[in-house]
Amino acid sequence: MSSRDKILGVIRANQPEGKSLPSVTLPEAGGVTDPAKGDMTDTARQFIEVLEAIGGRAFIVSGWERIATIIKEEYTQQHRIVSGCKELARMAEVRDRYEDPHELENVDLAILEAHFGVAENGACWITEDRMIERALPFITQNLALVIHKKDVVPHMHAAYERIGQAVYGFGTFIAGPSKTADIEQSLVLGAHGPCSMTVFLIDEELSDAGFY
Amino acid sequence: MAQDHAHLATEFNKDEPRVDWHDKTLWFIREKRDKAAGRVPEWEWLRDTASAIKENVLSHLSEYLVQFEEQAGRNGVVVHWAADAEEHNEIVYGLLKKHGVDKMVKSKSMLTEECHLNEFLSEHGVEVIDTDLGERVVQLAGEPPSHIVLPCIHKKKEEIGEIFHEHLGTPAGNADPQFLTHAARLHLREKFITRRVALTGVNFAVAETGEFVVCTNEGNADMGAHLADVHIACMGIEKLIPLRQHLGVFLRLLTRSATGQPITTYSSHFKQPRPGQEMHIVLVDNGRSVHLGRKDFRNSLKCIRCAACFNTCPVYRRSGGHSYHTAVAGPIGSILSPNLDMKKYSDLPFASTLCGSCSNVCPVKIDIHEQLYKWRQVIVQDGNAPVSKTMAMKTMNWVLSNPSVYHTAGKAGRWFMGKVPFTVNNGLNPWYKQRDMPEVPKESFGEWYKRNRK
Repeated sequence: MSSRDKILGVIRANQPEGKSLPSVTLPEAGGVTDPAKGDMTDTARQFIEVLEAIGGRAFIVSGWERIATIIKEEYTQQHRIVSGCKELARMAEVRDRYEDPHELENVDLAILEAHFGVAENGACWITEDRMIERALPFITQNLALVIHKKDVVPHMHAAYERIGQAVYGFGTFIAGPSKTADIEQSLVLGAHGPCSMTVFLIDEELSDAGFY
Repeated sequence: MAQDHAHLATEFNKDEPRVDWHDKTLWFIREKRDKAAGRVPEWEWLRDTASAIKENVLSHLSEYLVQFEEQAGRNGVVVHWAADAEEHNEIVYGLLKKHGVDKMVKSKSMLTEECHLNEFLSEHGVEVIDTDLGERVVQLAGEPPSHIVLPCIHKKKEEIGEIFHEHLGTPAGNADPQFLTHAARLHLREKFITRRVALTGVNFAVAETGEFVVCTNEGNADMGAHLADVHIACMGIEKLIPLRQHLGVFLRLLTRSATGQPITTYSSHFKQPRPGQEMHIVLVDNGRSVHLGRKDFRNSLKCIRCAACFNTCPVYRRSGGHSYHTAVAGPIGSILSPNLDMKKYSDLPFASTLCGSCSNVCPVKIDIHEQLYKWRQVIVQDGNAPVSKTMAMKTMNWVLSNPSVYHTAGKAGRWFMGKVPFTVNNGLNPWYKQRDMPEVPKESFGEWYKRNRK
């Protein structure tokens, strides 16, 4: 008998009486609250606060022009910037794919568009169709993700509701820069992945003068 | 048994300042967990729901496994079944041989620790590089992890500095965590870039979709998997959950319980291999299907390996992970390990005060302390308790069931402790270790009661 059939046979003999699945609908008024600040109903504001607390940073911007300006303040032409956003084609390498993910070894900044953010934990959901290469968000020295300000869901239940039955080969939640506290619980940003993580939240209602 | 928990804990306790430091470090993490849990108003609902989902999984495990196998196969992933550790190791080695590879990167997987994969592969000439920073530290030190989430929590930064000086050539005496982490980043980046096979663990596998989720803060699982030609993911059969939407419940609980973070930096959902890549999943039983048949103990299979029970346990905090001599230490390890080998791990259910704190913090509501108590009974009944413990219990039973013997023994005890204290205040008396014996009362409660009854 194969190991598969042997294992399944023992499990069938041993598994207890059937227990039904619970509903995963969040009870009323769920989410995350901060007792110090009262109820956090402004999801974008909560998203930014949590993201900053876990070592990331955020900018609310009026659009792509403003994103380009902020990046130009920090990166020069010496830096290798790769992006999946055609709006940034003038300042970044924008390609559909690479022959080999190892070609991305020396990327300084990757700018990718994510699907949405999650207020309770500062994470953004992104699938491989927006990564160019699966390795890119991890191998780059710095990562910037772009979402729309209206696309911030309050918690993970809403996140999976939004993902639904979406088809993807690979998808990930990214919350802040890569980090470790393995050496005496001292937090160090930049373990193996990006050393910094920026999220741009595009607010279409914002005029260029009103950004912060 | 080579060395039991009590003996290994005695060794650990010789360095008192270190024990205090270890204790405080873990308590600090426990406090962070409390803060994170306190911010979620529906925390108890989350625990109840997670527990109920896992109960459902255990009662339909065979169906979910078959469903997962079908879905994963449809996604282009090759599914393997391993009845035990040996078969698991052979499957992994077989894949490496097939690709003619003798070097591999591995992200954190307690299952491979349980199966002693590294030792097995090393005997067969395969070099395994652990890429989680804490795991790399203990691997270079030639030790197993002492904690399932924080593998080198028992090491001081100066010791890590020395290990890196010896193996990675960092300057002697440099123990700055920032500097050492950066050195490890450069050292491991070279490994990620050059290795063709990557092995990862699995946090959750979804029966509905055939995808599996791997959670890391460092990004090491992703760096390995996305740069390799072959990705091998190894998982215990109990890691299944029925639906994708259930991830919402478990990802909210996992890191808040583990480290007090709202979520890990990366929660990666692997569903299909990337074009040109091979992806394998090894489903490992290694005693789990038998454990499922133990009515009193089966629900320990709900565990999601957050280690909240480690951080809160007064015995773990003061005896260190290595004193448990098993891959998964702490309270949960003490109820899982006797299933694997009751004789070898017969000491572990006794390494507890039964205070119940473990059960209170468990995100999937495993009745850990009750199972510890039940294992003790099974172990003694099966004749696996140490002779000294069995004799002591028999003697106590005789004393407590004979009133006259009880009174005489009490008097004798008080006389010895009062008149000749050295007969009890010595190294032969385990109650004297790290404690002062109490002052001797002048009379027993029985005597006092007789005198005051009128």
